[in-house]
Amino acid sequence: MTAIPPAPSRPRLAVFKFASCDGCQLQLLDAQGRLLEIADRFTIDHFLEASSRDLPGPYDVGLVEGSISTPADVARIHEIRGQCRFLVTIGACATAGGIQALRNWASAADYAAAVYARPEYVATLATSTPIAAHVPVDFELRGCPIDVGQLVELLTAVVVGRRPRVAPHCVCVECKARGTVCVAVARGIPCLGPVTQAGCGGLCPACDRECFGCFGPGPQPNLVSLTGFYERHGTPRDRLVRLLRSFTPWADDFRTESDRLEAADAAANAEPRP
Amino acid sequence: MSCSAAIGPPQWLAKPDFQAVIDALVAAGHRVVGPRVAAGAIVLDDVACVADLPAGWLDDQDGGSYRLRRDEAAGCFDHVVGPHSLKNFLFPAREPVATFIRDGAGWREQPLVPDPAPLAVLGVRGCDLAALAIQDAVFLRADVADSTYRGRRAGLFIVAVNCRRAAATCFCHSMQCGPAAGPGFDLAVTEIDDRFAIEAGTTKGAALLAAVATRATLTPCTPADTAAVRDVPQALGRWMHSRQAMPGAAAPRSLDTTDIRDLLFGNLEHPHWAAIADRCLACGNCTLVCPTCFCHSVEDVPDLSGDRATLERRWASCFTLDHAHMHGGGPRPTTASRYRQWLTHKLAGWIDQFGTSGCTGCGRCITWCPVGIDLTAEVAAIRAADARP
Ligand code: SF4
Ligand code: SF4
Ligand code: SF4
Repeated sequence: MTAIPPAPSRPRLAVFKFASCDGCQLQLLDAQGRLLEIADRFTIDHFLEASSRDLPGPYDVGLVEGSISTPADVARIHEIRGQCRFLVTIGACATAGGIQALRNWASAADYAAAVYARPEYVATLATSTPIAAHVPVDFELRGCPIDVGQLVELLTAVVVGRRPRVAPHCVCVECKARGTVCVAVARGIPCLGPVTQAGCGGLCPACDRECFGCFGPGPQPNLVSLTGFYERHGTPRDRLVRLLRSFTPWADDFRTESDRLEAADAAANAEPRP
Repeated sequence: MSCSAAIGPPQWLAKPDFQAVIDALVAAGHRVVGPRVAAGAIVLDDVACVADLPAGWLDDQDGGSYRLRRDEAAGCFDHVVGPHSLKNFLFPAREPVATFIRDGAGWREQPLVPDPAPLAVLGVRGCDLAALAIQDAVFLRADVADSTYRGRRAGLFIVAVNCRRAAATCFCHSMQCGPAAGPGFDLAVTEIDDRFAIEAGTTKGAALLAAVATRATLTPCTPADTAAVRDVPQALGRWMHSRQAMPGAAAPRSLDTTDIRDLLFGNLEHPHWAAIADRCLACGNCTLVCPTCFCHSVEDVPDLSGDRATLERRWASCFTLDHAHMHGGGPRPTTASRYRQWLTHKLAGWIDQFGTSGCTGCGRCITWCPVGIDLTAEVAAIRAADARP
């Protein structure tokens, strides 16, 4: 990404929501003292979850939460793109399609029929896809939910007119900086940290559990090596497929690897048993 | 290191009386850290009493695997190195190096907050004493000494341990860094049956031992006792060299260091680097657990108001894509080039730069690599297919 030109003295900020749980917006509301800092440096002109103040665009910065899952979403994201000078997608839904992208391996029509009494009232797309699959995006903030520190860093960078600093390394670096004992090595729990983008501060391993990849694939992830090691040390393939298909299943590297493992599993099961 | 007449032969101290060492360190104003069981491993953390030490625990280590195991016969220090080292304390993963506050048209530098107490570390092994000397060579250069490192280092008190057990990942014997605790300790202990043999290595250590003598009984070792104490790590070293089977432990690793600088620099285009890259995740764990790796970046962390900015030093790793980032990108875009950079710097370039190897044989990088990549095996593979003319 190239440097962003410095924003006006109090840039106009807007926050939009698509298919999502609102957790990323809640992170913003939960930022407490930092929310006041943000309100000091920006005018918040559209953030329906926070304020009834709702002014029309164009906006300097648009934060977009959620994935594209209906025909109406497709039209609305194009409209929003046109209204925002700098468009940032926030969270696993907006950057990778979210948990709801699990529908991409199934039939959305079947789900609608199973869940709704009158499925014909539901207008939905067959897939849940990230914002970047529909319009150009200037910056992506990963995570389920996003990390407030990263959001403040991004907004600081916008104000100053420099490149936001988002680490190009994996979660393991954060575990080691935090002094966390590796759950993969010390307990044999398959962990996605070595192939997952940092940003959470190594949260899950610090709570005695594996990283499940909510920040999506890290730079140059070597998934085949990692899943191969876990498999050789006793983790069944179907468990690895489920691990890869949780919060960012539709992210390219995770999707390709879960498909590869699933195909290998199917081939192995198809072999006649001796 | 200063020596004096007070530094004599080892003396016996009953195990429960090791409390007197901890108490004397606390009385001298130290924060005392040492090995403790936490989160399925033996980590370095605050220690208040002898019972905090991991007596009865052993660590089984291998490539990509670490498991604690109960063994009632195991002493306080029969485990070996864990995921932490002195580096976590002397050169922490993150720390401010300067903070500036806007002051009218200019900036005012805020003084750094010093550590509340000097550190004392229990159970430092030969490999980690060697690693300390290596980090000293980096951070305490005569021309540029790092101020926060220097401050911590000056206050540091080391209680070393002579190993009597090695994990399958230990190869200090190949690197001449253990298993006996080398120079650099203030006190060293050797565990024999139900007592410790304790000895001073510096006047600071001798003074502390004098304070211990006011709280507990110290009995001088006879010459025969001293010989038996000296033989504990030597026997382990002989075993590591002979690779004899030892109950409950796999055969140790070793590293042939013959001509290693020229071997690695002469094989920069060896196909084995690409074979390693098929397995390597470029996750950086090996460099982060390595007690000698010193790379770091200094980042400017302004707050949103723009009125306060901190320069923060953070651990860096040669495995990350932005390492040594320059105009136009990083110099090593492939994992093969990054692994090669790490290994050749550690085992070859270090010799040119600092006059020693950058590896002490502690084995941490083998254990804590999520896919168990083993530098001793990788060097052996290159040596076995040496492509030099
Ligand atoms: S717990 Fe997971 S993320 Fe943390 S160091 Fe281990 S493998 Fe990496
Ligand atoms: S390279 Fe590996 S074995 Fe050598 S000192 Fe570093 S962590 Fe220990
Ligand atoms: S050698 Fe192992 S620990 Fe080091 S970067 Fe490669 S995979 Fe990670």
